[in-house]
Amino acid sequence: MLLEIENLKVHYHTRAGVVRAVDGVSLSIGEHEVFGIAGESGCGKSTLIRALMRLVPRTAKVTADRFTFRGRDLLTMPDRVFRRDMLWNEIALVPQSAMNSLNPVYRVGDQIVEAIRTHSTASRRDAESRVAALFDMVGLQPDLAARYPHQFSGGMRQRAMIAMSLALDPSLVVMDEPTTGLDVLVQERILRRLAELRTRIKSSILLITHDISVIAEMSDRIAIMYAGRLMEQAGTEAIFDEPFHPYSLGLQNAFPSIRALDRSLISIPGSPPNLINAIPGCVFAERCPFVREDCRTARPPDLEIAAGHRVACLRTADIAQIRAAAKEKATWRS
Amino acid sequence: MRAIRGVLKALGRGLLDQLRIIGASPLGTVGALIVLMFALVAIFAPVIAPHDPWDMLRGADGRIAMNRPPSDEFLLGTTKMARDVFSQLVWATQTTMIIGLVSGAISILIGANIGLIAGYYGGRIDEILMRFTDIVYGMPFLPFIIVLIALFGRSFWFVILAIVLIIWRSSARVIRAQTLALRHRQFVLAAKARGCSDLRIIYRHIMPNIMPLLLLYTAFNIAWSVIAEAGASFLGFGDPNALTWGGMLYDLWISGRLRTAWWWFAPPAICIVLLVCALVFVSRAYEEVANPRLRQR
Repeated sequence: MLLEIENLKVHYHTRAGVVRAVDGVSLSIGEHEVFGIAGESGCGKSTLIRALMRLVPRTAKVTADRFTFRGRDLLTMPDRVFRRDMLWNEIALVPQSAMNSLNPVYRVGDQIVEAIRTHSTASRRDAESRVAALFDMVGLQPDLAARYPHQFSGGMRQRAMIAMSLALDPSLVVMDEPTTGLDVLVQERILRRLAELRTRIKSSILLITHDISVIAEMSDRIAIMYAGRLMEQAGTEAIFDEPFHPYSLGLQNAFPSIRALDRSLISIPGSPPNLINAIPGCVFAERCPFVREDCRTARPPDLEIAAGHRVACLRTADIAQIRAAAKEKATWRS
Repeated sequence: MRAIRGVLKALGRGLLDQLRIIGASPLGTVGALIVLMFALVAIFAPVIAPHDPWDMLRGADGRIAMNRPPSDEFLLGTTKMARDVFSQLVWATQTTMIIGLVSGAISILIGANIGLIAGYYGGRIDEILMRFTDIVYGMPFLPFIIVLIALFGRSFWFVILAIVLIIWRSSARVIRAQTLALRHRQFVLAAKARGCSDLRIIYRHIMPNIMPLLLLYTAFNIAWSVIAEAGASFLGFGDPNALTWGGMLYDLWISGRLRTAWWWFAPPAICIVLLVCALVFVSRAYEEVANPRLRQR
């Protein structure tokens, strides 16, 4: 396993109380795998990867039962070692709104050269030829490297950031909302480029987005995140064809499907809970139409329904009934 | 080493851009030319000055040339001590320029670093540095230099020290504000994710983005230093052995000839105004870059 996370918690200690942004997340990513995490805004996706990249502010407390990368413990690793060995060499990031992630006063190519030279002993010339190769890989003309970010379009900047993330052949590329803020045509182009890259690079990809269609297209396995916890994780097919968690079912209703065009969309009533209050039971209980009394008091454990398919729900036994009921609009009326 | 070289290179590349910025504004060009003229006078002072500025001179008639108005013999006349005003002016240009540049440079160095560090780290570091800046804001310049001189005596370096210790404050505040605005920008986070150290982020990623502001304040600080030095010297707190424009005015004042010796009064006064105006013109050119709303459309 490349990345193994067990019971990861990221708690922000604020004046108003403890915000449980990520509260007991367990997942693992294998070699050459695309792992997608889907969830609505504010569910803790970004906090999760910030914890992974050590970008959380000092007010955050990161704990885990297990947090390893190729067996190396990420929790106890000193900052200096982490920065030198892990960042970019092993884990690279394509940040959220990657379009604004280039420094406006430097040429795009120089910024990638900087990234290469901070983490390797490559000479300037080697780094520059590497940039040309990377640009070619993401479909940018190599001579664009001498341009400034403002001369790039949004899609080009996005691709430049992807090129930068691949600069040192990292084992894991983390992509935070890689297509958000781009128009659908550019999105499509980026996704196609990513799909093509998958076959050419050895890296695993951790893909994070609120756009479930992007995840469906790209990922081998998917986790559904809600209010700082993973509700369900499984292979892409399994999660769309036989989801077990009521939240997954609700999400499916809320997205248009290409297979059933005449189906009307049903949204989940209510809004995510305030994470500042400790929730003893299931975080989705307040909005769940299938809620039982014990859902509110006991935190549902991660049940392994099938190989690699884990669900955090107490009512998995009644799944046939729940799936049938979830198709009805009336079920989701609060 | 690599980081230092990188900074130098960025600065070098920056310098060319700066000339372009100044050149784009007519007022800035005029200002830059005037500053350049003063700089040349300062550098070639030994060549330009016809007499030793401290020499008691005699006229062609063999008599000591006291209080002579401008003539062919003495271009800008002479002082009560029979010294050549023009030669004094030329040498004073050199001293004044040195004081201006040195205090301007050191004060921006202090101000920029305090602003960058306070703005970037925030929290307690910011609090400490900014409250310290507030305390310095509470210190008036003249009483401060009087105390300094009472303690250590009148000296060229204490004038510079007094100026530097006072004027870094405004640049620190403004640069902190700008750094605060930049520190949460996405590209800073991206640099952090790439494993850049804090120092690298501050000096390689944030500082170049505030370069116009930095140079604007450098120009401001130099102008302010020239005024402060003139004020201090005129009031008699300057170095008695250093010739500055303010010092010339002080000599005039104690000679009691302020009302009659216009040739002695006008040149240093005009030079002070001209140099300060020129520096303000240059800084105006920067201000248009730092604050695009001032740009004419």
